[in-house]
Amino acid sequence: MTKLTAAIVGPGNIGTDLMYKLLRSDVVEPRWMIGVDPASEGLKLAAQQGLEASHEGVDWLLKQDVLPDLIFEATSAYVHKEYAPRYEEAGIRAVDLTPASVGPAVIPPVNGEEHVDAMNVNMITCGGQATIPMVAAVSRVAPVPYAEIVASVSSVSAGPGTRANIDEFTRTTAAGVERIGGAERGKAIIILNPAEPPMIMRDTIFCAVPPDADRDAIVQSVFAMEKAVQEYVPGYRLLQEPQVDEPSAATQGQVKVSIFVEVEGAGDYLPPYSGNLDIMTAAAAKVGDNIARSVLAGRKEA
Amino acid sequence: MTGTTQLDTLARTWKDAHGGDLDLRLTDTCLRDGSHHKRHQFTAQEVHDIVEALDTSGIPVIEVTHGDGLGGSSFNYGFSRTPEQELIRIAAETAKNARIAFLMLPGVGTKDDIRAAQDNGGQICRIATHCTEADTSIQHFGLARELGLETVGFLMMSHTQPPEVLAKQARIMVDAGCQCVYVVDSAGALVMEQTADRVSAVVAEIGSQADVGFHGHENLGLGVANTVIAARAGATQIDGSVRRFGAGAGNTPLEAFVGVCDKLGWRTGVDFLQIVDASEDVIKPAMPEECQLDRMTLMMGYAGVYSSFLKHAGNAADRYGVSGAKILLEAGRRELIGGQEDQLIDIALMLKAEQDKAAANA
Repeated sequence: MTKLTAAIVGPGNIGTDLMYKLLRSDVVEPRWMIGVDPASEGLKLAAQQGLEASHEGVDWLLKQDVLPDLIFEATSAYVHKEYAPRYEEAGIRAVDLTPASVGPAVIPPVNGEEHVDAMNVNMITCGGQATIPMVAAVSRVAPVPYAEIVASVSSVSAGPGTRANIDEFTRTTAAGVERIGGAERGKAIIILNPAEPPMIMRDTIFCAVPPDADRDAIVQSVFAMEKAVQEYVPGYRLLQEPQVDEPSAATQGQVKVSIFVEVEGAGDYLPPYSGNLDIMTAAAAKVGDNIARSVLAGRKEA
Repeated sequence: MTGTTQLDTLARTWKDAHGGDLDLRLTDTCLRDGSHHKRHQFTAQEVHDIVEALDTSGIPVIEVTHGDGLGGSSFNYGFSRTPEQELIRIAAETAKNARIAFLMLPGVGTKDDIRAAQDNGGQICRIATHCTEADTSIQHFGLARELGLETVGFLMMSHTQPPEVLAKQARIMVDAGCQCVYVVDSAGALVMEQTADRVSAVVAEIGSQADVGFHGHENLGLGVANTVIAARAGATQIDGSVRRFGAGAGNTPLEAFVGVCDKLGWRTGVDFLQIVDASEDVIKPAMPEECQLDRMTLMMGYAGVYSSFLKHAGNAADRYGVSGAKILLEAGRRELIGGQEDQLIDIALMLKAEQDKAAANA
């Protein structure tokens, strides 16, 4: 069976977890793991799995005779912004797990098929991957003038990048709530909780809908979306039935829909509590599969 | 100190570091922490009147923002009746001497909100993080200093961490440009010696470069006592709210603390009789009710729960017919921190499910 070949750039926690997910793919073959530190644990694990592991960076990768079809970028926004044009020049498609936002954003169950032809797609943020599907679930059956998401993640699962750029998280996620979630106005809040043992990622999605919105349709749509996300993140689950609060002064005259989810990771490389990281790697693997299927189908036709 | 107690000893004073004649610099937070008690429903007129009264009595700093800081107006924390930026502007236009402070929490507000608050006349940028997450504030302190704002850092829920952890977190804030780190007893759960140990550790770490502050709550009735001890240990910036107007059982009652300072010979620049009048004549009429030490608020101090959860736990208890006190105890057990108000609804639903199950089995 033919597969697209892929390189993972950035052998950290995310890149390593992603590798295990890609190794299970029917249509993507992870062949390279690229880092800059010869002592990297991720490079060692990649070599054990039969990948070609190099600590000589992307410059080394781009000099090879055979280039990958796909690059999964798991470094930083700064690095990806610098290298994205060179990937494109080399004809390599990029799935970007950093907040660089070079290409269009993708949330698999919402617009997963829309950008399969793009040279660069972005995975937004972990909070966005966990919550935007639910905003979309509501907005596909009722107008959503305002949606707000609250993401709580364990402190240990929030890396230095997130910590140094927390504004970018809220801004990028809020923009995704609007553009992909379908809310007219979006807001995002993130909380890092240091409790021990670490808490599993939890997200709350609040949507304002008009008083005449079809409540049953909303609830059914939310349940259907839970199933759609579970196809690639099995540990994604509603904690409660969606709650519907009738209009009051506190809801500014709108009906308030509250949706509570928990995201438990698959435990491929990262511990299960860090569902926030797992949903990023699972979504990236899913997007990679979508792109690969589209490309392979094109090759067959040609 | 055998036999006698030296009541008037201060390890450090505001004037030693900044000149002038104040031993301690006070910040009133009725119009920020009180926003929780008011369910974020302040009117422009109330803010004007309160700022005028506090300013006249000599309060040097007045904090004005949504209770959860810039950008806090939301489903999760409650929508503001009047946009907070408008309230900051009114406060800045009203105050003749007092400086106007505003609060922001990284993850809730953004740098754009800080810029807007400065444009509206805010002069002191107070940045609050949970007391283990100081590194999320680095970019915001950097911006605030670049903009020429005075900076303050808040280490929230300080009762949850030992003194040495707070000292390290304070160091991160100061290195990022913070000019005063507050030990913040968000749950009103600290008991005096615990306050002293925490303030002393922070003073030892950053005291040569920055001020140290203390922000107390009344959930165990220890606001003034903790604040006196914090001042003795070297805190020179002090938070409180006139008439306790704040979250949970309220903040350290500032007028009482001013009276205590008068007795101890600590200069605050605030006129005791004027601040007492302000409490009766201006603050009280703006309060929906007095801040009380009752079953719910005691539970917060006892279980170490973030004071702002009070109204939200009450709402969820009413909505689902479960015990508000039990919601708070579960919030303590789950070690929820400031900002996780959404989880109180989840707890209420869990309690309701348990309750329904018990009823079905009865």
